Amino acid sequence: MSNLKVLLNGIIKENPVFVLLLGMCPTLAVTTMAVNGLGMGLATTFVLVCSNIVISLVKRFIPKAVRLPCFIVIIAGFVTIVGFLLQRFVPSLYSALGLFLSLITVNCIILARAEIFASKNGVGKSALDGVGMGLGFTLALFLMGSVREILGVGTWFGIALTKQLIEPMKLFVSPAGGFFTLAVLIAIINILTKYKISKKKIGCGGCEGCPSAEACASLNEEGDEK
Amino acid sequence: MKEMLIILVSAILVDNFVLSKFMGICPFLGVSKKIDSALGMSVAVTFVMCMATALTWPIYTFFLAPFELDYLRTVAFILIIALFVQLIEILLKKFMPPLYKSLGVYLPLITTNCAVLGVTLLNIDNTYDFAQSIVNALGAGLGFMLALILFSGVRQKMESCNVPKALQGIPITLVAAAITSVSFVGFSGVVEGLFK
Repeated sequence: MSNLKVLLNGIIKENPVFVLLLGMCPTLAVTTMAVNGLGMGLATTFVLVCSNIVISLVKRFIPKAVRLPCFIVIIAGFVTIVGFLLQRFVPSLYSALGLFLSLITVNCIILARAEIFASKNGVGKSALDGVGMGLGFTLALFLMGSVREILGVGTWFGIALTKQLIEPMKLFVSPAGGFFTLAVLIAIINILTKYKISKKKIGCGGCEGCPSAEACASLNEEGDEK
Repeated sequence: MKEMLIILVSAILVDNFVLSKFMGICPFLGVSKKIDSALGMSVAVTFVMCMATALTWPIYTFFLAPFELDYLRTVAFILIIALFVQLIEILLKKFMPPLYKSLGVYLPLITTNCAVLGVTLLNIDNTYDFAQSIVNALGAGLGFMLALILFSGVRQKMESCNVPKALQGIPITLVAAAITSVSFVGFSGVVEGLFK
């Protein structure tokens, strides 16, 4: 794969949220405002790029059996650094993201990229993959945040847009609105990609490279037999 | 006692982990196709949540907080949870094979479940004492169970429905989740009403 392809792969063809369906929790939780979505996306991108670089550097020294705990600790380290940086320079975003900042640690995208990409490729490509996937994630969160903020509050990045014209629909900033907005966005992308997403079998969708894929698959097989 | 009940009820109904805090969405969407796997998963999650809280709370209070190392809590907690889940898996396999057979498959899924790390961090953020933390973890687990079981019922009905092509698969599942989540909004005043 050429370098450009690696980069674009994450943004469009394998968009982590809309196509791979990974990292749903932050996608739904922090996107009540466009600026929060953007901030969360960029924070995740930073962690993703750093952890991809470090993991591709140290991959030879990590025994296969304990690789997941090792990856998680590396990721958690970078999450702590991001926390420090945000607390110092963007305190408003730090308090808006709250708990979900720490929960970047268990975001499946980062672990999945470490497992499928960084542990098999060189440093340069892994960094590019991190940038691509991170930007894809940021784009998705930004889209979600924009839709929910415009419909739910009537503003965009805090600037009043439709506030005076129509009554904002509060549903869209509530948890239910999060699920609904994501459903509609995925449905639109589904049409644009000629129904590639509906062919996915399992609920969470992101089996490729997911550390729990084996357990998950055996569960679903069991269910199908019954 | 009253305070404990308030924590328990609000963790289960009002601040439901899945439907209003958006934690543990992956297992919520992934393991909710059949009611029995939903039940198995949520029992395992509830157990790990309580045990993880019982381990992380003392470690934070007696080791991290006194030495002003509280910024290390994310790293420390995730490491504890990962090790604990691995340990449980090994112990169950060795000593309780029947239980391993029914719960074992769910365990590897739990390390990366953000609800488990979420509940341990939340207990610290809310400055709960030890007993309150355990009750909160239990409530979070039971709330997870309630959401998963309700939702798997909804999904089983949905399988026989004729869904527009663009919404097939994930999108319609998310729409169903949205409607389930709306039903939980109805609980928002329950705690104030019950424990006035």
